[in-house]
Amino acid sequence: MRFRDEYRAPAAAQGYARAIAKAATRPWTLMEVCGGQTHTIVRYGIDQLLPVGIELVHGPGCPVCVTPVEYVDKAIEIASRPGATLCSFGDMLRVPGRGGDLLGAKSRGADVRIVYSPLDALAVARAEPAREVVFFAVGFETTAPANAMAAWQARRQGLANFSLLVSHVLVPPAMRAILDAPANRIEGFLAAGHVCTIMGTREYEPIAARYRVPIVVTGFEPLDILEGVYMCVRQLEDGRAAVENQYVRSVRRAGNLRAQALMGEVFRVIPRRWRGIGDIADSGLGLAEAYADLDAERRFGAVRTVGEAAGECISGLVLQGARKPPECPAFGTRCTPERPLGVTMVSSEGACAAYYRYRGAPRPAETESAGA
Amino acid sequence: MTAARGFAPSCPLPAGDGECVQLAHGGGGRAMARLLDALIRPAFDDPELDRRHDGAALEVTGPVAFTTDSYVVKPLVFPGGDIGSLAVNGTVNDLAMCGARPLYLSVGLIVEEGLALETLRAVVASIAAAAKAAGVRLVTGDTKVVDRGSADGLFVNTAGIGEIVAPAPVGPAQVRAGDAVVLSGDIGRHGIAVMAAREALGFETAIESDCAPLAAPVLALVESGIAVRCLRDLTRGGLASALVEIAETAGKRIAIEEAAIPVRADVSAACELLGLDALHVANEGRFVAFVAAEDAARAVEVLRRYDAAGAAAVIGVVGDGPPGQVSCRGAIGASRVIDMLSGEQLPRIC
Repeated sequence: MRFRDEYRAPAAAQGYARAIAKAATRPWTLMEVCGGQTHTIVRYGIDQLLPVGIELVHGPGCPVCVTPVEYVDKAIEIASRPGATLCSFGDMLRVPGRGGDLLGAKSRGADVRIVYSPLDALAVARAEPAREVVFFAVGFETTAPANAMAAWQARRQGLANFSLLVSHVLVPPAMRAILDAPANRIEGFLAAGHVCTIMGTREYEPIAARYRVPIVVTGFEPLDILEGVYMCVRQLEDGRAAVENQYVRSVRRAGNLRAQALMGEVFRVIPRRWRGIGDIADSGLGLAEAYADLDAERRFGAVRTVGEAAGECISGLVLQGARKPPECPAFGTRCTPERPLGVTMVSSEGACAAYYRYRGAPRPAETESAGA
Repeated sequence: MTAARGFAPSCPLPAGDGECVQLAHGGGGRAMARLLDALIRPAFDDPELDRRHDGAALEVTGPVAFTTDSYVVKPLVFPGGDIGSLAVNGTVNDLAMCGARPLYLSVGLIVEEGLALETLRAVVASIAAAAKAAGVRLVTGDTKVVDRGSADGLFVNTAGIGEIVAPAPVGPAQVRAGDAVVLSGDIGRHGIAVMAAREALGFETAIESDCAPLAAPVLALVESGIAVRCLRDLTRGGLASALVEIAETAGKRIAIEEAAIPVRADVSAACELLGLDALHVANEGRFVAFVAAEDAARAVEVLRRYDAAGAAAVIGVVGDGPPGQVSCRGAIGASRVIDMLSGEQLPRIC
C-alpha cells in the first residue's frame, strides 16, 4: 500500500538502526509521548532494533488512560438517565469506572452510542430532538478541534438538546510535569506528531530551552520512530537541545491556525486532574464562558473529584514513564484486557495493552523462548 | 412479484397478504400457509419440502458431519451478500471444514413483524441461489414471526449434514510440528464491507464481502491426495482467532509471516483509517488449511484455481515452541504475539 509501506521498509529500518548505533556513544533515555507511537514501537519491535543503552520510555499520551475516573462515572450516570443519550468514541467504552464501564451500562439498558466523529453525535441530536444528547469529549489537542467544531455547529444550529462532557488534556504541561519530577530520567522526547499537526511546534521551544532537552516531533510509522530516535540521539551527542521536526509531511511550525482559532473560541485552558498522575496546572481544556451552556456538567450536575483508590495497579507510574508494563507483578496474570486493573490495559493506546497484545502474557517458559 | 406500488411503511390490519410480515404469518393458520406456499417453497424448490411432512427422510452413506449456526447481521443486505447467502455459506463451510461434502440444509427463519415482504422474498431467493451454487439441498425448514422489536428484522438458523470424504481425521488434534499453514485467499473483506455499510463511515469503498462456499476447494484438496490435517474457516475474530484456537487445541506453536498474508490494498487502507488489524477482521469465504510440509506448494496451486485473485499462499509453519502461542514476524523482522480479541474491535480515538 502506497504512502505506508515506504515507512515500514525493512532495509531502511536496519539502516536507521545502524546509524543510531553509530551515533550513540553512551546510553540515552528517550520518551515517546504518544500512545500510538508506543504501539508502533512494541508491535514492530523497534526497541529491540535499537542498540543496547538507547531506552524508549513510554509517555502519558493515551487520552483514554488519563481521563479521570469520575468522568467515566459521570458518563455512565448520564447514559443511564431516561431520555438521555451518551455518544462516545469506541475507545472509552471499556474504560473501568468505579461502578463498571460504559459497555456494561449499555448492556443494562443505558443509551450509549459509538460515534466516529463528534459531528455524528450532532446528527443524533438533530434526528432525535426529544432526547438529551451528550458527547463525551476527551482527548488531547488532536481531537479538540473536531470537538470544538461540534460545539460551534450546535450553537449555530440552535440545538438545545446537545451538550458536551469535556475532559480534554494538553501535552506540553504534562511534559513539564514529567521533567519537574525529582526522579525524572528522560533526556529527550519524541513529541506527538498529530498533536503538533494541530498546535505546531512553537510551544515546545520554551520547554527545550528551559530544561535543556531535545524534542523531536515524530510520526507514527516504524521509520518515523527510528528517524525521530536518530535525530534525538544526534542532538544529545552534539549537546544540543532544540525542537526539530521529523514529521515534516504533516507538521508545520505554526500548526493548523484555523483549528487553533476554533479551539480558542470554544475552549479555555483550565487545571485538570490526570488519571493515575494527579493535578497538573493549566493542563486541560474546558468550555469557554460563551459556550458554557453546552456544558453537560451544567445540565447533569458537576463532576465531583474523588481520590483514587490505592491498589495494585501501577498505571500511573507507567503513564509517567517510571515503570514498564512487564515490571508490574499483576501484568498478564491478575490484570488482562478481560479483567483490567487499570486503563492502560484496555485502551488501544495504552502501554500495558501494547505489551499484552504484541508480546503476550508472561509465560513460565519465557526465558527459553525469548528472542524467538 | 405481487407487491403493489406505493409502499406504505405501516402494516395495515386486518391481516391479509400485505406488504409487511405480520404476526399472522407465523400463526400456523391460513396466512402462514400462504406465505410458505407463495414465497418459500417455490424458491427452495425441493421434493422433500413438497411432501409437506414434519421432517425430511434422507439417504446418507458413510460417516456424517452435522453442524448448525445462527446468523444475525446488520444490515441484512451488504455489498457482496446478504443474510441469506451468509446463512447458507456459513453452514456449508462449517461442513467443508470437517472434510465433508455438504448435502442437506435446514433453514429456520425468525422474522420480525413489520419486515417488508420484498426483503423476505429477496433473502429467500438468495438462500435458494446460494444453496444451488454450493450444491446443497434445502430439505426442511421452519418460520416464526415475532413481535416488532423482538428481532433485528430477520434471524436465520441453518443446520447441515454432509458426508465425510477426507480419508483421515481432520481437526486440530491432527496438527503436527512442521505442517504448513496455507491461507485460501486475501483476508478482511467481509468485515470491512459490513462495517462500511453499517456504520455509514462516509468513505467510498468498492469492497465487497468475500462470502462464498468453500466446499469445492476443500474437496479439491482432499481429492488431489494432499494430507490435510486441519481446516478452519475464518469468520468473526478473523485469521488471528482461527489460528489461536487451533494452536491452543493442538498444543502447538504457530509462526506466521506478516508479509505472506494477502490483504487487498483497499482493505488495508480501511484498516489503517479505522485502527483495525486485518488479522482480526471478519471473513466469510476464506479458510486456513494445515497440510504436510511436502504438500504445501501443491495445496497453494489447488487453492489458487478457486480464488479469482489467485492469492492463496503459505503463511506460516507449525512448531513445537510454547503450546498455544501464535507469533507473527513483521516486515521489520521482529515477531509479535497474536492473540484473540478480548471483545469487539472498537475504533480508536485518534
